[in-house]
Amino acid sequence: MTGTRSGFRALTTHRLFWPVAVLVVLLAANTIHRPGFLSVQLRDGHLYGSLVDIVRLSAPLILVALGMTLVIATGGIDLSVGSLCAISGAIACLYISRQPDQNSLGGVLTALALGLGVALVLGAWNGVLVAVIGIQPIIATLILMVAGRGLAQLITEGQILTINSDPYKAIGVGHLLTLPLAIFIALAAALLIAAVTRRTALGLIVESVGGNARASRLAGIRSGRVTFLVYVISAACAAVAGFMMTANVSSADGNAAGLWVELDAILAVVIGGTSLAGGRFSLGGTILGALLIQTLTTTVYAMNISPQTSLLFKAVVVIAVCLIQAPGFRARFARRRPAAVPVVTAPEQPKEQVPA
Amino acid sequence: MTTLSLTAARTWARLPRRHVPVLATGFLLLVLYGVGVSQYRAFSGVQVVFNVFIDNGFLLVVAVGMTFVILTGGIDLSVGSVVAMTAMVSAFLLEKGTPAALVLLVALLIGPTLGFLMGCVIHFFDIQPFIVTLAGMFFARGMCTFISGSSIPITDGFWTRMSQARIGNPSGNFVSVSVLIAFAVVVVAGYVLAYTRLGRNVYAIGGNAQSALLMGLPVGRTRIAVYTISGLCAAVGGILLSFYTLSGAPLIAVGMELDVIAAVVIGGTVLTGGSGYVFGTVLGVLVLGVIQTLITFDGSLNSWWTKIVIGGLLFAFILLQRLIGIRYK
Repeated sequence: MTGTRSGFRALTTHRLFWPVAVLVVLLAANTIHRPGFLSVQLRDGHLYGSLVDIVRLSAPLILVALGMTLVIATGGIDLSVGSLCAISGAIACLYISRQPDQNSLGGVLTALALGLGVALVLGAWNGVLVAVIGIQPIIATLILMVAGRGLAQLITEGQILTINSDPYKAIGVGHLLTLPLAIFIALAAALLIAAVTRRTALGLIVESVGGNARASRLAGIRSGRVTFLVYVISAACAAVAGFMMTANVSSADGNAAGLWVELDAILAVVIGGTSLAGGRFSLGGTILGALLIQTLTTTVYAMNISPQTSLLFKAVVVIAVCLIQAPGFRARFARRRPAAVPVVTAPEQPKEQVPA
Repeated sequence: MTTLSLTAARTWARLPRRHVPVLATGFLLLVLYGVGVSQYRAFSGVQVVFNVFIDNGFLLVVAVGMTFVILTGGIDLSVGSVVAMTAMVSAFLLEKGTPAALVLLVALLIGPTLGFLMGCVIHFFDIQPFIVTLAGMFFARGMCTFISGSSIPITDGFWTRMSQARIGNPSGNFVSVSVLIAFAVVVVAGYVLAYTRLGRNVYAIGGNAQSALLMGLPVGRTRIAVYTISGLCAAVGGILLSFYTLSGAPLIAVGMELDVIAAVVIGGTVLTGGSGYVFGTVLGVLVLGVIQTLITFDGSLNSWWTKIVIGGLLFAFILLQRLIGIRYK
């Protein structure tokens, strides 16, 4: 009896319990609304179904949110990702639109390299502002958030730039092994980041910088370099997401591409259990958070409610998730139960100096 | 840039460092205006200056509210959406035939109520202002489309009178009612911040909330108050905007919170709180307004240049605050 009860408590106090619970409720609500919701069919060698759609549509958000997770883990925030999506997409589309043969694979690859390159430079700009000059992250990235949209519109000359390139389009709507290609791209990015952060010391270093940048510096970690790096990674993720967004619609719109994605990404990270104060992060939680947000959006569409109104539901979810995770709220409403002190199992500290 | 640093260096001896950003903004405003006057003959007209105020009255009011929040070291991302929601609710109620006075009352209550609630969540549950006001932003914007998916025109007599009233010489230079309301808000806010207990508490919390608490200042009450004030200013801004456009639209004022934050920062208020003036915010809004006017006068430049210039100015001013050593983190 006690065993099952403590097991239940362990389950409900698990970081990802509530996001999973909300996701299950949303999926259930959808299934009740439309019984065929969960079915996945194989048609023309491709898998089709609402679930596949949700995962495909959440791919750009997953990418942006993964980069954001690392930034937030260092105690920072990157508001410029939406603008970076718009810029990278605009550059890629502009280059492709200038090619005589828009379908040439080489041309598309060059376009991607250009877009990614510019995004890396802009990410480095963010990194320098935060790590070298020491400007508050929210402000440092606000600069690019405001100016970046202007830059994106400058690149597309204020027009919606339409292209007709099959290889580029494939990034957004192409298929591989019966599944949308976008899923594989997001998955690859997730695995790559997970491998780099969890198989090497980088994740630990990022967390230690987020926990206390000064202490980490004294412990021999070059915290400035780590801070710089996460903004560059975030920009790279945003760039790929920008390619996906523009490829989805085969056009670049400097004004609308990636609009509000920074907020969705921050939301995904927070839902995933990463504290905005930094010091701890969960990539799996972030992916779950992104899927939850996309499911919510899809649900709202499915219920025939206007897309803008979905913000209303997002607001409720943000506040609910934040309240549930807030220690102050928990203490207030769980006082009758003996307070379960969440034991943070800190990874073993490396004894030797960590080269950063 | 050299002249700027020279002026700054000379005044350092006599002026506290925290005055330097405001002076720099004032200087920038003069330079921008000078550029305008030297380039375009029509720019020197008094009405051009008045128009800057007329076109940015609502922005000024919202920015004044944001100044309070930023002075405590917080941030309010919901203001743009609250402006839109206020305009939307007013337009909707007027269309339904509600008397103008009642509409004004309702519209003026929504913003502060939302601000109060956000302030409570921020204070009592210790959740970051950034994320709480983000939720407020989602909520208010969602409400806009919930009320109506398309824009609602306002034909009410009071609103049209407010919109068309020209104060001053009817054949010469004039300002709108909005400008007078905006000035009133600025004067009241300036007085509150400079001479009242609330103002002192706001600066104290921005300087160091922990110390303020130990000194026995009502940190919680003040913190909730600033978000309520910001909500009230956003509501007033929303009404001024509805005077200006005579309609409520679900996508109006998107991204306005960024312009507002930019104006406050360019006006010399430090984002970590504790240092800044309402007067600086007025200058910040004017700088944005003059840039917009310059770009309109030029004609060959497109509106997105405004964003790039604002971004550049944000960078310059943050760097300036950093260089003159105002505590920044």
